[in-house]
Amino acid sequence: MNNEQQCVIETHNLVKRFKKVAAVDGLDLSIRRGEIFGLLGPDGAGKTTTIRMLCAIMDPSEGHAQVAGFDTVKEAEEIKKRIGYMAQQFSLYGDLTVLENLTFFADIFQVGRQEREERIARLLKFARLTEFQKRRAAHLSGGMQKKLALACTLIHQPEVIFLDEPTTGVDPVSRREFWDILTELHLQGVTLFVSTPYMDEAERCSRAGLMFEGNIVVCDTPERIKGLVEGELLELRPDRLREASRVIENLPGVLEVQTYGDLLHVFVDGAARCAPIIQDTLSGAGIVVRGLRQTRPRMEEAFISLIRKRTEAG
Amino acid sequence: MIGRTLTIARKELLHIVRDRRTLAVMFLIPIVQLVLLGYAATTDVEHLRTAVLDGDHTPRSRELVEAYRASNYFDIVGYVEDEEALARLVDGGQVRAGLIIPAGYGADVAAGRKADVAFVIDGSDPNVANTVYAASQQVEQAQSMQLIKQRLGVSLEEMTALEVHPRVWYNPAMKSVNFMIPGLIAMVLFTLTVMLTSLAIVREREQGTIEQLMVTPIRPIELIVGKVIPYVFVAFFDVLEVLALGVFWFGVPIHGSLSLLLLLAALSLMTSLGVGIFVSSVTNTQQEAMLMVWMMLLPSIFLAGFFFPIEAMPDFLRAISYLIPLRYMLDVIRGIMLKGVGLKVLAEQVVALAVFGAVIMAFAATRFRKRLE
Repeated sequence: MNNEQQCVIETHNLVKRFKKVAAVDGLDLSIRRGEIFGLLGPDGAGKTTTIRMLCAIMDPSEGHAQVAGFDTVKEAEEIKKRIGYMAQQFSLYGDLTVLENLTFFADIFQVGRQEREERIARLLKFARLTEFQKRRAAHLSGGMQKKLALACTLIHQPEVIFLDEPTTGVDPVSRREFWDILTELHLQGVTLFVSTPYMDEAERCSRAGLMFEGNIVVCDTPERIKGLVEGELLELRPDRLREASRVIENLPGVLEVQTYGDLLHVFVDGAARCAPIIQDTLSGAGIVVRGLRQTRPRMEEAFISLIRKRTEAG
Repeated sequence: MIGRTLTIARKELLHIVRDRRTLAVMFLIPIVQLVLLGYAATTDVEHLRTAVLDGDHTPRSRELVEAYRASNYFDIVGYVEDEEALARLVDGGQVRAGLIIPAGYGADVAAGRKADVAFVIDGSDPNVANTVYAASQQVEQAQSMQLIKQRLGVSLEEMTALEVHPRVWYNPAMKSVNFMIPGLIAMVLFTLTVMLTSLAIVREREQGTIEQLMVTPIRPIELIVGKVIPYVFVAFFDVLEVLALGVFWFGVPIHGSLSLLLLLAALSLMTSLGVGIFVSSVTNTQQEAMLMVWMMLLPSIFLAGFFFPIEAMPDFLRAISYLIPLRYMLDVIRGIMLKGVGLKVLAEQVVALAVFGAVIMAFAATRFRKRLE
C-alpha cells in the first residue's frame, strides 16, 4: 500500500443506474498515489455519482471500486477513515463558526487533543481563514466557504481527497487561490481527485479524465489530450458568425468548426495553407473578418472535438 | 462511541441555542396549549346565556326564574314576549337556552295542580346540550321538591324509598382542566418530541450536511443518539413546565408518585423519539416531515381518547386505537395524576409502551444507513 507505484483508486466496470438511466456506465479508472486527477465533464456527465461511489456513500449497481486498498462496498468504513470529501454544495453548519465547524470534524474524526490545536491553527492559516475563525460559516463569502470546507476535509490528514466541483460558483480570483492551495497539497504528497466543469482547470492536473454520458472519453495528461486533436487551430472573428461557420465548414482542408463566443475556432489540416483560403472565401461572401490567427488548441477545444467525434461515431 | 455521540449532541445544542425562533416555539408551545386547554377547551358549562319568556308574571314564576339563576348554570340575559322572539335569539346565538313559563303557571302551583314549563336548549353542541339538560332537570327537581314540601308540609327526603348518593372519584369537582392537563403532558411528550426530532434530523438531509457526515467514521447510532439527546432534555423541560403551571396555576392535583410519572414519561419518550427518527428516515425535507407529523397527529389525538372516550368509539376504531402509542401515554399520565395508581395497575400500558419504544427504535435505526439512494 505504501508502494508509490500502486493505485490508490481503482474502478472496474463501475455502473450506477437510477431507475433505467445509467449515470455512470462501465467506468474503468486507475489513479496513482500522489496524482492530482481532474475529472472533467459537463453537468450530468456522472461526475458526482462517480465521486459518491468512490467515497463509499453510494453503492454501485455493477462493478466494483477500491480506494486506498479497500472495497467501497464491503470496507466502506475503512475508506472513510482515510479519505476527505468535499461535496459540491456547501455542507457545513452555517450557524456554527469557522472554528466550531473545524472542531466538530476534529471531534468526529477523533483527532487527539494535542494535535488538534496545532492542526486547526495550521489549517486556518493554510486556508487563509485565521482572522475569520469566530465568524459563522453562513456569513462567509462563497470562496471562503469552499476553503473552510476544504480545511474541514483535511482535519484528519486523509490520504486521498475527493473534491466535487470545488470551484463552481466561485469568483476567478478565489478560484485561482483555491487551486494554489490544491497544488500545495499535491506537493505534500496527498492524492487529489477533483471534478470540474471548467476545462482550463485540467491544465493544473497531473492527469485528466474527460467524462461524458457516464463514461471516460479520454484519460491522459493535459498535454497529450490536447495532442489528440487532429490538425491545427485557427481562430477568427467574423461579423456574421453563423453564416461564416456554414461557409467555412465545406471548404477543403477544414476538419472541424466550433463557435466560441463571437469567435470561430477552425481545425484545419494545414494552417499556413488554409488561412488565406478562409480569408478569401469569407471576403467573397461579403463577411468581414477580423483577427484571423493560428492558436494552440486548449482543453476546451480538445474536449468539444473529442466529444463530437464520439457522438458522431454513435 | 460516547465521544462522538456527545460531539453530535453538543453541536445540536448549538443549533438549538442559536435558532431563537425555534427556541421560543419549543418553550412557548406548551404554555400556549396549556392556556388554551385550561381555559378555552373546557367542557365545563356554566353561566349559559339564557332568555326567559314569562307569560305568567306572578311571584311564583319569578321564583322559578330565580331558582334557575341561582343554580349558576344559567345567566338570565333577557326577557322576551313571545316564542318567535325567543327563537330569533337562539337562532342568532345570542342565547343558548330559553325558559318558557306559560300563563297560569302561578295559578296551577297555587291550586296544587301539576304545572308545566318548557325549557329550550340549543343542541348544536351535544356536549353543552347534555350538561344544560341535566342542569335544567336538576333545577326542576329541586323546585318541584320545594313545592311538594310546601303542599304536604313534609320534606320529600324523609319519604323517599330509594336515594342514590353519587360519589365522584378522582376529580370530585369534575373540572375539565384536571383531565386536560395530564393529557397535555402526554401530548407534549408525543407530538412536540416527534416533531422536533424528525425536523432536526431531516434538516441535515435538507442542508446536505448528512452527506458530509456519511463520509466520516461516525456510526449511525452515534449520530441518532447524539441528535436526540438535546431533545430529551427539551421534552423533559416542557413536561415540567406544563406540570408546574398545571399544579400551581390551575391547581391540578398529582395524586400519584411524581417520580413514577417522570420515569414513565421517559419511557414514553423512547416511542416518541423512535417515531421522530422514523419520520426523518422516510422524508427528505422539513416540509415533508412536518406534513407527515401532522397526518399522524390528528388521528392520534382522537383515537387515543384525548378529547373523547375510546369506549364510545365504534369497534374498528377502538381496535385501531390499540396501535396509537399516545393512548398508553394518556392512560399512564392520567392514571398517575388523577387516580394516583401505581405500576401494578398500569402494567399493561407500561409493557405496551416499552414494546412500542423498542420496536420503533429498532426499526427506525435499521432504516438509517450511511448510504445515499
